[in-house]
Amino acid sequence: MSRSALTGSRIRERRMLGGVKQADLARQVGVSASYLNLIEHNRRRIGDALLRQIAEALGVEAAVLTEGAEAALLDGLRDAAAVAAEGGADGEAPELDRIEEFVGRFPGWARLLSARHGRVALLERTVAALSDRIAHDPVLSSALHEVLSALTGVRSAAAILADTEDLEPEWRLRFQGNLSADADRLALGAEALVAYLDGPAGTETALASPLEEVEGWLAARGHHLPEVETGAATADALIGGAFDTLSARRIAAALVERYAADAQRLPLVPFRAALAAAAGDPAAVAAHFGVDLAAVLRRVASLPEQAGAGLVICDGAGALTFRKPTEGFGLPRFGAGCPLWPLYQALSRPMVPLRATVEMAGRTPRRYRTYAICQQVRPAGFDAPQVLEATMLVLPETGAKTGPAEPVGPTCRICPREACPARREPSILMEEF
Amino acid sequence: MGKHVLLVEDEPNIIEAIRFILTRDGWRVSTHSDGVDAAAVIRAAAPDVVVLDVMLPGRSGFEILQELRATEATRALPVLMLTARSQARDREMAERYGASRFLTKPFANTEIVAALREMAGL
Repeated sequence: MSRSALTGSRIRERRMLGGVKQADLARQVGVSASYLNLIEHNRRRIGDALLRQIAEALGVEAAVLTEGAEAALLDGLRDAAAVAAEGGADGEAPELDRIEEFVGRFPGWARLLSARHGRVALLERTVAALSDRIAHDPVLSSALHEVLSALTGVRSAAAILADTEDLEPEWRLRFQGNLSADADRLALGAEALVAYLDGPAGTETALASPLEEVEGWLAARGHHLPEVETGAATADALIGGAFDTLSARRIAAALVERYAADAQRLPLVPFRAALAAAAGDPAAVAAHFGVDLAAVLRRVASLPEQAGAGLVICDGAGALTFRKPTEGFGLPRFGAGCPLWPLYQALSRPMVPLRATVEMAGRTPRRYRTYAICQQVRPAGFDAPQVLEATMLVLPETGAKTGPAEPVGPTCRICPREACPARREPSILMEEF
Repeated sequence: MGKHVLLVEDEPNIIEAIRFILTRDGWRVSTHSDGVDAAAVIRAAAPDVVVLDVMLPGRSGFEILQELRATEATRALPVLMLTARSQARDREMAERYGASRFLTKPFANTEIVAALREMAGL
């Protein structure tokens, strides 16, 4: 149905809202009441001149009658109908051929229906995001696995003890022992899970640390800040009221300022060209622009076309100060990562660029190309402490696994590599009880 | 001699419980705990049914299942997948890779016995 048909319904709605009789309006604009009736019921197209007259008589802009805000509303309703059809909704299908009439005659109901549909879609996206978090957050996934495995052991042992009347004493003792061990394990697992979900005590927000707030803010922007690239916005303007805590604002300001400095030294267009010419070799790009390697690694991770690239930065103590995750490469939420990461190897060899292919332990081991460098954060001065920072770019490898790869893990607590020489604590994936 | 079930699982207490209930149900039970060589062990053991955990050290149950389905000798072998997660994604993957049945932890003892009996045609 054309927009002119919808215009008739809007005229009718406006007229009735204004308490104007159809005959009076018709007389005012010089048409018969029956003709206006046909227009209002979308059975006659309305010309521009008559439209202007009616709009003037009703005291509204003509555009209100021809355009209004219904376009988005119509899209929302069509989407709701499509989703209902995909879901195999019961009952009569929505009359899509009369959707404009519906919006025109019942705008309030239409807006309510569209808004409810929007709300449902938002909630579904939230559920999907939470589900995705379980799938991709290695700590949460492992914690749940631990709890459910222990629960399985408890359930099986309890059922055997309860249901097996002729259970031999030796077996009874054995399953009682298993039950006790699994119950303890379950309690520990549940405690760890709750601690993880609650976040560390003493943070300014229970949901996330300030760094996580900032990481979430950057992730929502795809780690790319066009306003900063063009110099259109300062760090303060960009951050604005995005954060509730002072800590998060300070962290965000420092990151945006560094981003701006990188963008100034490595402008987007020539940087992309140099990266392509160097076949992706960050060291060659750094030499081309005469900048430090860490800046190039950060810049690569900020490119929109490198959304799959991960970036990890740590300070001299190994604490992670920046995390841009990449799928399958587990980054711990708390504590340090795997000691075998090239990030930490770089920390022990300042100013030596390291390139390595690593294989991340996991249900499905994946390979990544990594580039790492440790640099001083600021120029060294006499009698001043040396402040170091290591940066690692993580690029997922595609295709067949060929050649050697260094085995690494996410962090010891959830790493299945039992015999790892760098292990600093047992993994919850292999503890025996 | 009962039907042979090979349990590929790395949780000792779960192994012990399943072994106990299946043995008492008349099954011949063997077990294996490592994902890396699980496919080779399954081929060599030639069991009637396999119970395969998704999360194993060294190699995921999905990868093992894929290898089993790509091998002529084990293409039709009944495989019951176990997972500690109830996500739709895991279930979809299990179905896509050719799992015969799917059981989510924590399952009841009676559930696994009933599933295996059905898969073995008992």
